[in-house]
Amino acid sequence: MTELGSAPVPASSPEDHITGPADAPLVIEYADFECPYCAAQHLRIARLRVRRVFRHFPVRSSHPRAWAAACAAEAAALQDRFWEMHDLLFADQGRLEDPHLWERARELALDLDRFEVDRRSDAVGDRVRRDFQSGVRAGVVTTPSLFYEGRLYAGQLDAAALAALSAGGSA
Amino acid sequence: MISPGEPAPDFTLRREDGNAFTPEDLQGRTTVLVFYPFAFSPVCTDQFNLYEEVLGDLKARGATLYGVSCDATWSQKAFREKLGVTIEQLSDFEPKGEACRAFGVYHPGGFPQRALVIIGPDGVVKWGYEAEVPTELPGANLIFDGLAAAGSG
Repeated sequence: MTELGSAPVPASSPEDHITGPADAPLVIEYADFECPYCAAQHLRIARLRVRRVFRHFPVRSSHPRAWAAACAAEAAALQDRFWEMHDLLFADQGRLEDPHLWERARELALDLDRFEVDRRSDAVGDRVRRDFQSGVRAGVVTTPSLFYEGRLYAGQLDAAALAALSAGGSA
Repeated sequence: MISPGEPAPDFTLRREDGNAFTPEDLQGRTTVLVFYPFAFSPVCTDQFNLYEEVLGDLKARGATLYGVSCDATWSQKAFREKLGVTIEQLSDFEPKGEACRAFGVYHPGGFPQRALVIIGPDGVVKWGYEAEVPTELPGANLIFDGLAAAGSG
């Protein structure tokens, strides 16, 4: 049985999707591609000098296409285009049906057949589920949620938190 | 709030189909009661969406989860349908808050405190958690901690 009791948020690992300068402050984000607050927060954080870890936290009953979008991002990751797909998904959340996912895959010049097989594969589903479960265990209850210096910031970052992050980023 | 080790109090809640939900319905399986203040209030919304996502894992542990509030059955049903969740709702509408009082989770403001109660197959309370403020959303991890403590983890 999958363990889902409380546990600290896992440290970043080579399995994670990571971007940003190695010496910048590390933030671990739990987000959902269909969540409008996640898209807004993504734009805010993208302006800061931080090192970002992205983890999936799709909640299907509120966002029916979140899971498919997460799997599409993972399938793109298998062709080394995770962050490009991440940006394209957040950029147009009104269009997350299958044909819209294929359009993005074409735009990124992905091997479409491989993308189709991968995004429906057990391996990709398990990958998304592992992220979600690590979030549940760390007490994530809503999206976006962000861990910075061991503290959980639930929901959108307020001005004080953003300022702290920026300050850390320029240190 | 009721303490672990105490038998579940006598209570009657109303199911969505209009039938009564009483301590008899607790027998033979693990029950998780999720007391929440109001249907349609934003925090509850996130709470049930999150719990819905782990229902399979709860089922694997033999646990059945219910939402409990003082809202009328019709409001609860509309709330559940709006969220797109399957978690059955139990209403403490009339006499208002009587079951919530029996569990010790009735807020003086006229609504249930946000709280979680796990009752074992023997009808005895195994674990409980009360949010410090109604806006605090207890993580799903707490339910699994509770089930582990109750011996169903």
